Amino acid sequence: MAVLLLAEVTGGELQLDATAKAMTAAAKLGEVTVLCAGASAAAAGEAAATLAGASKVLVAEDASLGHRLAEDTAQLIASLAESYDHILAPATTDAKNILPRVAALLDVMVISDVSAVIDADTFERPVYAGNAVQTVKSGDAKKVATIRTTGFEAAGTQAACAVETVAVPGATGLSDWVEDRLAASDRPDLTSAKIVVSGGRGLGSEESFAIIGALADKLGAAVGASRAAVDSGYAPNDWQVGQTGKVVAPELYIACGISGAIQHLAGMKDSKVIVAINKDEEAPIFQIADYGLVADLFEAVPALTEKL
Amino acid sequence: MKILVPVKRVIDYNVKVRVKADGSGVDLANVKMSMNPFDEIAVEEAIRLKEKGVATEVVVVSIGVKQAQETLRTALAMGADRAILVEAADDVHTDIEPLAVAKILAKIVGEEQPQLVIAGKQAIDNDMNATGQMLSALLGWSQATFASELSVEGDAATVTREVDGGLQTIKVRLPAIVTVDLRLNEPRYASLPNIMKAKKKPLDVKTAADLGVDVAPRLTVVKTAEPAARAAGEMVGSVDELVAKLKEKGLV
Ligand SMILES: Cc1cc2nc3c(=O)[nH]c(=O)nc-3n(C[C@H](O)[C@H](O)[C@H](O)COP(=O)(O)OP(=O)(O)OC[C@H]3O[C@@H](n4cnc5c(N)ncnc54)[C@H](O)[C@@H]3O)c2cc1C
Repeated sequence: MAVLLLAEVTGGELQLDATAKAMTAAAKLGEVTVLCAGASAAAAGEAAATLAGASKVLVAEDASLGHRLAEDTAQLIASLAESYDHILAPATTDAKNILPRVAALLDVMVISDVSAVIDADTFERPVYAGNAVQTVKSGDAKKVATIRTTGFEAAGTQAACAVETVAVPGATGLSDWVEDRLAASDRPDLTSAKIVVSGGRGLGSEESFAIIGALADKLGAAVGASRAAVDSGYAPNDWQVGQTGKVVAPELYIACGISGAIQHLAGMKDSKVIVAINKDEEAPIFQIADYGLVADLFEAVPALTEKL
Repeated sequence: MKILVPVKRVIDYNVKVRVKADGSGVDLANVKMSMNPFDEIAVEEAIRLKEKGVATEVVVVSIGVKQAQETLRTALAMGADRAILVEAADDVHTDIEPLAVAKILAKIVGEEQPQLVIAGKQAIDNDMNATGQMLSALLGWSQATFASELSVEGDAATVTREVDGGLQTIKVRLPAIVTVDLRLNEPRYASLPNIMKAKKKPLDVKTAADLGVDVAPRLTVVKTAEPAARAAGEMVGSVDELVAKLKEKGLV
């Protein structure tokens, strides 16, 4: 089986963690060709060539691919599709934007958020906010799927494989990029961090949310948030963990002032160890916590920061 | 400008989902069903564009079982003008796949000629996050997914999108598909008088067969299982005890 893996490339750089995890899923299916697309993607291509499991890297460079707008990237992938049985990508927002479009261009059904690969046609994926896990078997000739990275270990490294450039179809001109407002942070990436400290509505304000950041910095952790914290403006949207935000599975997840709604649990319940700090002993978060502490977070969180 | 909004009838987001013991699926009989929350946000946005004078008509469409009429009535009560139900299944447990839904919507778009389709970014039952993107591909239209801000000027829409790294703003040429995220707006509740008025608004019924679309699934659900349960945890009495436990485990 021939597999095309769309690498996660942002601003010309390979996002190693997401791509390496999707590679592990891809390698189970066959020989993997990695596609690096962007306004500049050569450096990403060089990096991808050293990912264990890559047999070839394709580099597609064109201004139209610069911000990974769905129309142009989907058109590129569709133009390459003939040679592959599987087309995969890590389930990032970029890939979720692009791959369903690719699937429809190929008249196949996309398989989103694959959490386990059973065989060439059969995959597991969470549904109903992770309340159920479905095993689905695709009858389509080609399989187009996004890979939930928390379900797979990152692939290791190898001696670089061959890198080729591919022709890019003409730009569709359907949409134009205007601007990115990307948060620069010294903290580790939320989806690959070993420790995540998350805050919820219980923090009460953007200013108070700083105590979550302080604990995270003490631990070298990433910061997450519940939807309520994001909706209330205490935290930016890219910190949201959950059914419709990011899915994380760190070694340690510390939930502070988060009640534990099913939509939040969907994004963190595969964490190895979960700590919950909440003043309400009835809060559902305690049902899935390994260590629960009933306390006022305004006392407990700074104390924890001090004592660690 | 006409706006088309697809809406899906799904299990209410507050209902605890029960996986059937025989692994055949999730129990949906006698369970509270509601409009997919993201679709409520899409309906709200379309109505606001009409209230601002940008849109002239808001048409809502639902694809599925006949009970989806209730979902359409909710959208009409919120302020949509007209509804179309496309019957594509008899059993409430049948989920029509996004590809088939997109094909049906493409036919409806052909008939209705909207300039904008506003859809939810994902349905909270199958969690596919695909219909809008697929429809956009089938029509060859521009797409802007995960919108947290939307403005329409002339023949283009400016959309701010929630992406992994933060926010991205793009400009899409109309006609376009926009899929909406949680922060776009807060949907209104339908008032009682509007619920009464909605009963008289037009609701057309078609079938997938009328539209010539094959809705046979491409993915066969082999099994539906409960997720792995977590081992029971313990309560700690103090911050000191918590620190001790975390150190013992080598986590900090
Ligand atoms: C379609 C849809 C998608 C959604 N997607 C997501 C998602 O991706 N992620 C997500 O998180 N949510 C999501 N939600 C929202 C979800 O249902 C909950 O509303 C949300 O997770 C609640 O956030 P919270 O726990 O911070 O707030 P609340 O439920 O209000 O809980 C706040 C908690 O803080 C505690 N608290 C308050 N003060 C203190 C204090 N001083 N000390 C200690 N504890 C305190 C309270 O006891 C309470 O348990 C979604 C909802 C819908 C409908």
